[in-house]
Amino acid sequence: MTDAAAPAARIRAQAGFESRTLLTNGEQLLVSLVLPALALIGLAVSSAPHLGAGRRIDLAVPGVLALAVVSTAFTGQAIATGFDRRYGVLRLLGTTPLGRSGLLFAKAIAVLAIVAAQTVVLAILGAIFGWHPDAGGIVIGVVLLLLGSWVWVSLALALAGVLRAEATLAVANLIWVLLAAFGGLLVPTDRLPGGLGSVVRLLPSGALGDGMRAALTGHDTSLVGPVLVLLVWGAIGSALVARFFRWSD
Amino acid sequence: MTVDAPVQIRDVSHRYAGRPALDGMSWDATAGQITCVLGPNGAGKTTVIEMAEGLRRPQQGDIKVLGVDPWRAPAAHRARVGVMLQDGGLPGSVRPLRLLAHLASLYTVDDRADLVDTLGIEEFGHTATRRLSGGQRQRLALAAALVGRPEVVFLDEPSAGLDPHSRLDVWDLVRSARDRGCAVVVTTHSFEEAERLADRVVVVAAGKVVADGTVSAVCAGNSADGDGTLESAYFALTRTARTA
Repeated sequence: MTDAAAPAARIRAQAGFESRTLLTNGEQLLVSLVLPALALIGLAVSSAPHLGAGRRIDLAVPGVLALAVVSTAFTGQAIATGFDRRYGVLRLLGTTPLGRSGLLFAKAIAVLAIVAAQTVVLAILGAIFGWHPDAGGIVIGVVLLLLGSWVWVSLALALAGVLRAEATLAVANLIWVLLAAFGGLLVPTDRLPGGLGSVVRLLPSGALGDGMRAALTGHDTSLVGPVLVLLVWGAIGSALVARFFRWSD
Repeated sequence: MTVDAPVQIRDVSHRYAGRPALDGMSWDATAGQITCVLGPNGAGKTTVIEMAEGLRRPQQGDIKVLGVDPWRAPAAHRARVGVMLQDGGLPGSVRPLRLLAHLASLYTVDDRADLVDTLGIEEFGHTATRRLSGGQRQRLALAAALVGRPEVVFLDEPSAGLDPHSRLDVWDLVRSARDRGCAVVVTTHSFEEAERLADRVVVVAAGKVVADGTVSAVCAGNSADGDGTLESAYFALTRTARTA
Protein backbone atom coordinates (compact mmCIF):
# COMPACT_ATOMS: atom_id res chain seq x y z
CA MET A 1 0.00 0.00 0.00
CA THR A 2 1.31 3.47 -0.89
CA ASP A 3 1.74 5.82 2.00
CA ALA A 4 2.17 9.55 2.34
CA ALA A 5 5.71 10.90 2.42
CA ALA A 6 6.79 12.31 5.79
CA PRO A 7 5.18 15.69 6.65
CA ALA A 8 8.46 17.62 6.42
CA ALA A 9 9.25 16.02 3.06
CA ARG A 10 5.80 16.92 1.68
CA ILE A 11 6.03 20.52 2.79
CA ARG A 12 9.63 20.84 1.56
CA ALA A 13 8.61 19.41 -1.82
CA GLN A 14 5.66 21.77 -2.17
CA ALA A 15 7.67 24.80 -1.00
CA GLY A 16 10.35 24.00 -3.59
CA PHE A 17 7.68 23.51 -6.25
CA GLU A 18 6.04 26.85 -5.40
CA SER A 19 9.37 28.73 -5.26
CA ARG A 20 10.49 27.39 -8.63
CA THR A 21 7.09 28.12 -10.16
CA LEU A 22 7.22 31.71 -8.89
CA LEU A 23 10.82 32.28 -9.93
CA THR A 24 10.30 30.91 -13.43
CA ASN A 25 7.25 33.10 -13.97
CA GLY A 26 8.30 36.26 -15.82
CA GLU A 27 5.63 38.53 -14.33
CA GLN A 28 6.39 37.33 -10.82
CA LEU A 29 10.11 37.88 -11.31
CA LEU A 30 9.39 41.38 -12.60
CA VAL A 31 7.37 42.26 -9.51
CA SER A 32 9.59 40.50 -6.98
CA LEU A 33 13.03 41.49 -8.18
CA VAL A 34 13.24 43.66 -11.28
CA LEU A 35 10.96 46.49 -10.11
CA PRO A 36 12.51 46.73 -6.60
CA ALA A 37 15.97 46.69 -8.18
CA LEU A 38 14.97 49.48 -10.56
CA ALA A 39 13.56 51.43 -7.61
CA LEU A 40 16.85 51.01 -5.77
CA ILE A 41 18.89 52.18 -8.75
CA GLY A 42 16.52 55.10 -9.31
CA LEU A 43 16.76 56.25 -5.70
CA ALA A 44 20.53 55.75 -5.66
CA VAL A 45 21.29 57.82 -8.73
CA SER A 46 18.74 60.62 -8.19
CA SER A 47 18.22 63.22 -5.50
CA ALA A 48 14.41 63.13 -5.45
CA PRO A 49 12.28 62.40 -3.56
CA HIS A 50 13.95 63.65 -0.41
CA LEU A 51 14.38 60.75 2.03
CA GLY A 52 15.35 62.73 5.14
CA ALA A 53 18.54 63.30 7.10
CA GLY A 54 21.41 60.86 6.67
CA ARG A 55 23.16 59.11 3.78
CA ARG A 56 20.62 58.68 0.97
CA ILE A 57 21.59 55.13 0.05
CA ASP A 58 21.33 54.03 3.71
CA LEU A 59 17.72 55.25 3.72
CA ALA A 60 16.90 53.96 0.25
CA VAL A 61 17.93 50.30 0.59
CA PRO A 62 15.82 49.48 3.68
CA GLY A 63 12.78 50.96 1.92
CA VAL A 64 13.46 48.91 -1.20
CA LEU A 65 13.78 45.74 0.92
CA ALA A 66 10.37 46.58 2.43
CA LEU A 67 8.94 47.12 -1.06
CA ALA A 68 10.33 43.76 -2.16
CA VAL A 69 8.54 42.05 0.74
CA VAL A 70 5.25 43.60 -0.37
CA SER A 71 5.98 42.55 -3.97
CA THR A 72 6.60 38.90 -3.12
CA ALA A 73 4.47 38.28 -0.04
CA PHE A 74 1.48 40.34 -1.13
CA THR A 75 1.23 41.07 -4.85
CA GLY A 76 2.94 37.90 -6.10
CA GLN A 77 1.25 35.61 -3.62
CA ALA A 78 -2.20 37.14 -4.07
CA ILE A 79 -2.07 36.74 -7.85
CA ALA A 80 -0.65 33.20 -7.70
CA THR A 81 -3.17 32.08 -5.09
CA GLY A 82 -6.05 33.75 -6.93
CA PHE A 83 -5.35 31.86 -10.13
CA ASP A 84 -4.57 28.60 -8.28
CA ARG A 85 -7.99 28.93 -6.67
CA ARG A 86 -9.67 29.69 -9.98
CA TYR A 87 -8.14 26.66 -11.73
CA GLY A 88 -8.89 24.27 -8.86
CA VAL A 89 -5.23 23.79 -7.93
CA LEU A 90 -5.90 24.52 -4.27
CA ARG A 91 -8.75 22.00 -4.21
CA LEU A 92 -6.71 19.30 -5.92
CA LEU A 93 -3.71 19.75 -3.63
CA GLY A 94 -6.07 19.70 -0.66
CA THR A 95 -7.05 16.15 -1.59
CA THR A 96 -3.42 14.93 -1.81
CA PRO A 97 -1.31 13.90 1.18
CA LEU A 98 -0.13 17.52 1.35
CA GLY A 99 -3.57 18.71 2.52
CA ARG A 100 -4.68 22.27 3.14
CA SER A 101 -2.53 22.99 6.17
CA GLY A 102 0.53 21.58 4.40
CA LEU A 103 -0.20 23.79 1.41
CA LEU A 104 -0.38 26.91 3.59
CA PHE A 105 2.88 26.00 5.39
CA ALA A 106 4.56 25.41 2.04
CA LYS A 107 3.35 28.74 0.65
CA ALA A 108 4.76 30.52 3.70
CA ILE A 109 8.13 28.77 3.32
CA ALA A 110 8.23 29.52 -0.41
CA VAL A 111 7.59 33.21 0.27
CA LEU A 112 10.31 33.30 2.92
CA ALA A 113 12.77 31.60 0.58
CA ILE A 114 12.09 34.15 -2.16
CA VAL A 115 12.21 37.07 0.29
CA ALA A 116 15.59 35.75 1.51
CA ALA A 117 16.91 35.47 -2.05
CA GLN A 118 15.70 38.92 -3.12
CA THR A 119 17.06 40.46 0.10
CA VAL A 120 20.52 39.07 -0.67
CA VAL A 121 20.41 40.28 -4.29
CA LEU A 122 19.12 43.75 -3.35
CA ALA A 123 21.60 44.04 -0.47
CA ILE A 124 24.47 43.26 -2.85
CA LEU A 125 23.10 45.82 -5.32
CA GLY A 126 22.81 48.34 -2.47
CA ALA A 127 26.38 47.62 -1.38
CA ILE A 128 27.55 48.36 -4.92
CA PHE A 129 25.99 51.82 -4.50
CA GLY A 130 27.72 52.23 -1.12
CA TRP A 131 25.09 51.00 1.35
CA HIS A 132 26.43 50.53 4.89
CA PRO A 133 23.72 49.08 7.17
CA ASP A 134 24.06 49.43 10.92
CA ALA A 135 25.52 46.07 11.97
CA GLY A 136 23.49 45.99 15.18
CA GLY A 137 20.26 46.52 13.27
CA ILE A 138 20.63 43.65 10.83
CA VAL A 139 19.08 41.06 13.14
CA ILE A 140 16.20 43.43 13.89
CA GLY A 141 15.83 44.03 10.16
CA VAL A 142 15.57 40.29 9.54
CA VAL A 143 12.91 40.01 12.25
CA LEU A 144 10.98 42.86 10.62
CA LEU A 145 11.22 41.14 7.23
CA LEU A 146 9.79 37.96 8.77
CA LEU A 147 7.04 39.91 10.51
CA GLY A 148 6.29 41.83 7.31
CA SER A 149 6.15 38.61 5.29
CA TRP A 150 3.59 37.17 7.71
CA VAL A 151 1.45 40.31 7.56
CA TRP A 152 1.52 40.63 3.78
CA VAL A 153 0.99 36.93 3.05
CA SER A 154 -2.05 36.94 5.32
CA LEU A 155 -3.43 40.01 3.54
CA ALA A 156 -2.68 38.40 0.15
CA LEU A 157 -4.58 35.24 1.10
CA ALA A 158 -7.45 37.31 2.50
CA LEU A 159 -7.71 39.13 -0.84
CA ALA A 160 -7.19 36.09 -3.09
CA GLY A 161 -9.52 33.95 -1.01
CA VAL A 162 -12.47 36.26 -1.52
CA LEU A 163 -12.16 38.04 -4.88
CA ARG A 164 -12.17 36.45 -8.31
CA ALA A 165 -8.75 35.88 -9.88
CA GLU A 166 -8.99 38.79 -12.36
CA ALA A 167 -10.13 41.17 -9.62
CA THR A 168 -7.29 39.97 -7.37
CA LEU A 169 -4.80 40.61 -10.17
CA ALA A 170 -6.07 44.16 -10.69
CA VAL A 171 -6.40 45.05 -7.00
CA ALA A 172 -3.04 43.55 -5.97
CA ASN A 173 -1.20 45.46 -8.71
CA LEU A 174 -3.05 48.69 -7.95
CA ILE A 175 -2.26 48.40 -4.24
CA TRP A 176 1.42 47.77 -5.06
CA VAL A 177 1.62 50.93 -7.17
CA LEU A 178 -0.16 53.03 -4.53
CA LEU A 179 1.98 51.69 -1.71
CA ALA A 180 5.20 52.16 -3.68
CA ALA A 181 4.28 55.78 -4.27
CA PHE A 182 2.47 56.80 -1.08
CA GLY A 183 2.65 53.83 1.29
CA GLY A 184 5.70 54.81 3.29
CA LEU A 185 7.78 52.01 1.80
CA LEU A 186 10.31 53.97 -0.27
CA VAL A 187 9.62 57.42 1.16
CA PRO A 188 9.58 57.79 4.99
CA THR A 189 6.15 58.54 6.41
CA ASP A 190 7.40 61.85 7.88
CA ARG A 191 8.30 62.96 4.34
CA LEU A 192 4.81 62.32 2.93
CA PRO A 193 2.67 65.40 2.16
CA GLY A 194 0.09 66.89 4.53
CA GLY A 195 -1.42 64.59 7.13
CA LEU A 196 -0.87 61.52 4.95
CA GLY A 197 2.15 60.40 6.96
CA SER A 198 0.24 60.04 10.23
CA VAL A 199 -2.30 57.77 8.47
CA VAL A 200 0.25 55.75 6.51
CA ARG A 201 2.25 55.18 9.70
CA LEU A 202 -0.66 53.00 10.85
CA LEU A 203 -0.61 50.90 7.67
CA PRO A 204 1.59 47.79 7.43
CA SER A 205 3.47 49.37 4.52
CA GLY A 206 4.41 52.50 6.46
CA ALA A 207 5.26 50.47 9.55
CA LEU A 208 7.49 48.09 7.58
CA GLY A 209 9.24 50.88 5.66
CA ASP A 210 9.83 53.07 8.72
CA GLY A 211 10.81 50.05 10.82
CA MET A 212 13.38 48.85 8.29
CA ARG A 213 14.90 52.32 7.97
CA ALA A 214 15.05 52.72 11.76
CA ALA A 215 16.63 49.30 12.28
CA LEU A 216 19.22 49.48 9.52
CA THR A 217 20.29 53.05 10.31
CA GLY A 218 20.71 52.26 14.01
CA HIS A 219 17.64 54.13 15.33
CA ASP A 220 16.32 51.14 17.29
CA THR A 221 14.41 53.30 19.79
CA SER A 222 11.74 54.20 17.23
CA LEU A 223 10.87 50.57 16.45
CA VAL A 224 8.11 49.96 19.00
CA GLY A 225 5.40 51.69 16.98
CA PRO A 226 6.13 49.91 13.67
CA VAL A 227 6.37 46.50 15.37
CA LEU A 228 3.05 47.01 17.16
CA VAL A 229 1.36 48.12 13.93
CA LEU A 230 2.68 45.03 12.10
CA LEU A 231 1.53 42.71 14.88
CA VAL A 232 -1.98 44.19 14.79
CA TRP A 233 -2.19 43.92 10.98
CA GLY A 234 -0.85 40.36 11.10
CA ALA A 235 -3.57 39.41 13.58
CA ILE A 236 -6.22 41.13 11.43
CA GLY A 237 -5.00 39.47 8.23
CA SER A 238 -4.83 36.01 9.83
CA ALA A 239 -8.34 36.41 11.28
CA LEU A 240 -9.67 37.47 7.86
CA VAL A 241 -8.09 34.41 6.22
CA ALA A 242 -9.49 32.06 8.86
CA ARG A 243 -12.95 33.57 8.47
CA PHE A 244 -13.33 34.31 4.77
CA PHE A 245 -10.80 32.32 2.72
CA ARG A 246 -12.57 30.08 0.18
CA TRP A 247 -10.65 27.22 -1.42
CA SER A 248 -12.65 27.32 -4.64
CA ASP A 249 -14.61 29.88 -6.67
CA MET B 1 -25.31 -1.53 1.06
CA THR B 2 -22.20 -3.36 2.22
CA VAL B 3 -20.57 -2.80 5.59
CA ASP B 4 -17.01 -3.00 4.26
CA ALA B 5 -17.47 -0.93 1.07
CA PRO B 6 -14.60 1.57 0.67
CA VAL B 7 -17.04 4.37 -0.13
CA GLN B 8 -20.18 4.63 1.99
CA ILE B 9 -22.68 7.45 1.51
CA ARG B 10 -25.41 7.21 4.15
CA ASP B 11 -28.55 9.31 4.21
CA VAL B 12 -26.71 12.51 3.31
CA SER B 13 -28.65 15.77 3.06
CA HIS B 14 -27.33 19.20 2.23
CA ARG B 15 -28.89 22.56 1.37
CA TYR B 16 -27.51 25.58 -0.47
CA ALA B 17 -29.21 28.83 0.53
CA GLY B 18 -32.24 26.89 1.68
CA ARG B 19 -32.51 24.85 -1.53
CA PRO B 20 -31.97 21.10 -1.10
CA ALA B 21 -28.95 19.81 -3.05
CA LEU B 22 -28.90 16.36 -1.45
CA ASP B 23 -31.98 14.80 0.06
CA GLY B 24 -31.15 11.66 2.02
CA MET B 25 -28.77 10.25 -0.59
CA SER B 26 -27.26 6.80 0.08
CA TRP B 27 -25.02 4.56 -2.05
CA ASP B 28 -21.81 2.56 -1.84
CA ALA B 29 -18.82 1.96 -4.07
CA THR B 30 -17.17 -1.44 -3.79
CA ALA B 31 -13.52 -2.44 -4.14
CA GLY B 32 -12.65 -3.89 -7.54
CA GLN B 33 -15.66 -2.26 -9.20
CA ILE B 34 -16.31 0.79 -11.34
CA THR B 35 -19.30 2.69 -10.02
CA CYS B 36 -20.69 5.26 -12.45
CA VAL B 37 -22.77 8.08 -10.99
CA LEU B 38 -25.18 9.48 -13.57
CA GLY B 39 -27.57 12.37 -13.22
CA PRO B 40 -28.65 15.66 -14.74
CA ASN B 41 -26.96 18.96 -13.86
CA GLY B 42 -27.97 20.03 -10.37
CA ALA B 43 -28.84 16.48 -9.30
CA GLY B 44 -26.24 16.53 -6.52
CA LYS B 45 -23.47 14.45 -8.17
CA THR B 46 -20.68 16.99 -7.73
CA THR B 47 -21.79 17.92 -4.22
CA VAL B 48 -21.75 14.36 -2.92
CA ILE B 49 -18.47 13.53 -4.67
CA GLU B 50 -16.82 16.63 -3.22
CA MET B 51 -17.98 15.48 0.20
CA ALA B 52 -16.44 12.05 -0.36
CA GLU B 53 -13.22 13.78 -1.46
CA GLY B 54 -13.14 15.79 1.78
CA LEU B 55 -13.69 19.12 0.04
CA ARG B 56 -17.14 19.76 1.50
CA ARG B 57 -18.77 18.85 4.79
CA PRO B 58 -22.29 17.35 4.77
CA GLN B 59 -24.89 19.08 6.91
CA GLN B 60 -26.61 15.75 7.67
CA GLY B 61 -25.78 12.10 7.21
CA ASP B 62 -22.58 10.13 7.23
CA ILE B 63 -19.84 9.61 4.67
CA LYS B 64 -17.00 7.15 5.11
CA VAL B 65 -14.17 6.56 2.67
CA LEU B 66 -11.93 3.65 3.65
CA GLY B 67 -13.61 3.83 7.06
CA VAL B 68 -12.67 7.48 7.65
CA ASP B 69 -14.69 10.71 7.65
CA PRO B 70 -13.06 12.40 4.62
CA TRP B 71 -13.58 15.90 6.06
CA ARG B 72 -11.22 15.04 8.93
CA ALA B 73 -8.97 12.67 7.03
CA PRO B 74 -5.26 12.62 7.85
CA ALA B 75 -2.49 12.60 5.23
CA ALA B 76 -2.18 8.80 5.42
CA HIS B 77 -5.81 8.53 4.33
CA ARG B 78 -5.46 11.06 1.52
CA ALA B 79 -2.54 9.03 0.17
CA ARG B 80 -4.99 6.17 -0.44
CA VAL B 81 -7.50 8.27 -2.38
CA GLY B 82 -7.06 9.75 -5.87
CA VAL B 83 -9.10 12.63 -7.24
CA MET B 84 -9.66 13.96 -10.74
CA LEU B 85 -11.57 17.22 -10.62
CA GLN B 86 -13.87 18.43 -13.38
CA ASP B 87 -11.84 21.64 -13.72
CA GLY B 88 -8.57 19.71 -13.65
CA GLY B 89 -6.81 21.52 -10.83
CA LEU B 90 -3.70 21.86 -12.97
CA PRO B 91 -1.42 24.89 -12.51
CA GLY B 92 -1.16 26.63 -15.89
CA SER B 93 2.52 27.53 -15.91
CA VAL B 94 3.86 24.11 -14.93
CA ARG B 95 4.97 21.40 -17.35
CA PRO B 96 3.20 18.03 -17.06
CA LEU B 97 6.27 15.90 -16.30
CA ARG B 98 7.37 18.30 -13.57
CA LEU B 99 3.87 18.36 -12.08
CA LEU B 100 3.68 14.56 -11.98
CA ALA B 101 7.18 14.35 -10.48
CA HIS B 102 6.11 16.79 -7.80
CA LEU B 103 2.87 14.94 -7.02
CA ALA B 104 4.79 11.64 -6.84
CA SER B 105 7.13 13.22 -4.27
CA LEU B 106 4.19 13.51 -1.87
CA TYR B 107 4.04 9.68 -1.66
CA THR B 108 6.52 7.02 -0.59
CA VAL B 109 6.29 5.18 -3.92
CA ASP B 110 6.94 6.79 -7.29
CA ASP B 111 4.86 4.94 -9.90
CA ARG B 112 4.41 7.70 -12.47
CA ALA B 113 6.46 6.03 -15.23
CA ASP B 114 3.64 3.60 -16.13
CA LEU B 115 1.08 6.40 -16.15
CA VAL B 116 3.23 8.62 -18.36
CA ASP B 117 3.70 5.74 -20.75
CA THR B 118 0.08 4.52 -20.85
CA LEU B 119 -1.42 7.98 -21.20
CA GLY B 120 1.16 9.19 -23.72
CA ILE B 121 2.14 12.15 -21.57
CA GLU B 122 5.76 12.16 -22.71
CA GLU B 123 4.73 13.68 -26.07
CA PHE B 124 3.47 16.87 -24.37
CA GLY B 125 5.40 16.53 -21.11
CA HIS B 126 7.51 19.66 -21.63
CA THR B 127 4.68 21.97 -22.72
CA ALA B 128 3.18 24.38 -20.19
CA THR B 129 -0.15 23.03 -18.99
CA ARG B 130 -2.02 26.13 -20.15
CA ARG B 131 -0.93 25.40 -23.74
CA LEU B 132 -2.26 21.81 -23.75
CA SER B 133 -5.34 20.75 -25.68
CA GLY B 134 -8.43 19.76 -23.73
CA GLY B 135 -7.68 16.08 -24.28
CA GLN B 136 -4.07 16.41 -23.15
CA ARG B 137 -5.16 18.24 -20.01
CA GLN B 138 -7.69 15.49 -19.37
CA ARG B 139 -5.01 12.80 -19.63
CA LEU B 140 -2.73 14.73 -17.29
CA ALA B 141 -5.52 15.20 -14.75
CA LEU B 142 -6.22 11.45 -14.85
CA ALA B 143 -2.53 10.66 -14.34
CA ALA B 144 -2.46 13.09 -11.40
CA ALA B 145 -5.40 11.23 -9.84
CA LEU B 146 -3.72 7.84 -10.21
CA VAL B 147 -0.26 8.80 -8.89
CA GLY B 148 0.42 6.81 -5.72
CA ARG B 149 -1.75 3.83 -6.77
CA PRO B 150 -4.82 4.87 -4.74
CA GLU B 151 -7.27 2.34 -3.32
CA VAL B 152 -10.21 4.63 -4.07
CA VAL B 153 -10.34 7.01 -6.99
CA PHE B 154 -12.93 9.65 -7.88
CA LEU B 155 -12.97 10.61 -11.56
CA ASP B 156 -15.12 13.48 -12.75
CA GLU B 157 -15.92 13.11 -16.48
CA PRO B 158 -12.62 11.31 -17.20
CA SER B 159 -13.08 11.04 -20.98
CA ALA B 160 -14.76 14.39 -21.67
CA GLY B 161 -13.15 16.10 -24.64
CA LEU B 162 -11.02 13.14 -25.67
CA ASP B 163 -10.74 11.77 -29.19
CA PRO B 164 -11.93 8.15 -29.65
CA HIS B 165 -8.44 6.60 -29.39
CA SER B 166 -7.55 8.54 -26.25
CA ARG B 167 -10.91 7.65 -24.76
CA LEU B 168 -10.21 3.95 -25.19
CA ASP B 169 -6.79 4.41 -23.56
CA VAL B 170 -8.40 6.20 -20.62
CA TRP B 171 -11.02 3.50 -20.23
CA ASP B 172 -8.32 0.81 -20.30
CA LEU B 173 -6.46 2.63 -17.56
CA VAL B 174 -9.62 2.98 -15.47
CA ARG B 175 -10.30 -0.74 -15.92
CA SER B 176 -6.75 -1.63 -14.93
CA ALA B 177 -7.17 0.40 -11.71
CA ARG B 178 -10.38 -1.56 -11.08
CA ASP B 179 -8.64 -4.86 -11.84
CA ARG B 180 -5.97 -4.24 -9.20
CA GLY B 181 -8.76 -3.85 -6.61
CA CYS B 182 -9.31 -0.11 -6.63
CA ALA B 183 -12.82 1.22 -5.96
CA VAL B 184 -13.39 3.55 -8.92
CA VAL B 185 -16.15 6.16 -8.82
CA VAL B 186 -16.83 7.87 -12.15
CA THR B 187 -19.27 10.74 -12.58
CA THR B 188 -20.33 11.11 -16.16
CA HIS B 189 -22.97 12.40 -18.54
CA SER B 190 -21.98 9.85 -21.16
CA PHE B 191 -24.25 6.83 -21.45
CA GLU B 192 -21.67 5.12 -23.64
CA GLU B 193 -19.03 5.62 -20.95
CA ALA B 194 -21.33 4.20 -18.28
CA GLU B 195 -22.33 1.22 -20.45
CA ARG B 196 -18.75 0.44 -21.42
CA LEU B 197 -17.18 0.93 -17.99
CA ALA B 198 -19.66 0.49 -15.17
CA ASP B 199 -19.94 -2.58 -13.01
CA ARG B 200 -22.60 -0.62 -11.21
CA VAL B 201 -24.64 2.47 -12.02
CA VAL B 202 -26.05 4.92 -9.50
CA VAL B 203 -28.61 7.28 -11.07
CA VAL B 204 -29.29 10.41 -9.05
CA ALA B 205 -31.91 13.10 -9.53
CA ALA B 206 -33.12 15.94 -7.31
CA GLY B 207 -30.60 14.98 -4.62
CA LYS B 208 -31.76 11.35 -4.34
CA VAL B 209 -30.75 7.98 -5.70
CA VAL B 210 -33.43 6.88 -8.19
CA ALA B 211 -31.72 3.69 -9.37
CA ASP B 212 -28.74 1.64 -8.19
CA GLY B 213 -27.54 -1.59 -9.74
CA THR B 214 -25.81 -3.15 -12.71
CA VAL B 215 -26.43 -1.53 -16.08
CA SER B 216 -28.62 -4.45 -17.16
CA ALA B 217 -30.63 -4.36 -13.92
CA VAL B 218 -31.20 -0.60 -14.15
CA CYS B 219 -32.23 -0.96 -17.82
CA ALA B 220 -34.50 -3.94 -17.14
CA GLY B 221 -36.24 -2.25 -14.24
CA ASN B 222 -36.99 0.93 -16.17
CA SER B 223 -37.66 -0.13 -19.72
CA ALA B 224 -41.48 0.03 -19.82
CA ASP B 225 -41.58 3.02 -22.18
CA GLY B 226 -38.16 2.68 -23.75
CA ASP B 227 -35.94 0.51 -25.87
CA GLY B 228 -34.09 -1.18 -23.03
CA THR B 229 -31.01 1.04 -23.21
CA LEU B 230 -29.43 2.88 -20.33
CA GLU B 231 -30.31 6.13 -22.05
CA SER B 232 -34.04 5.43 -22.11
CA ALA B 233 -33.97 4.11 -18.54
CA TYR B 234 -32.11 7.26 -17.45
CA PHE B 235 -34.67 9.57 -19.03
CA ALA B 236 -37.55 7.63 -17.52
CA LEU B 237 -35.96 7.75 -14.06
CA THR B 238 -34.88 11.37 -14.07
CA ARG B 239 -38.15 12.60 -15.61
CA THR B 240 -40.10 10.87 -12.85
CA ALA B 241 -37.87 12.44 -10.19
CA ARG B 242 -38.25 15.89 -11.71
CA THR B 243 -42.02 15.76 -11.75
CA ALA B 244 -42.34 14.11 -8.33
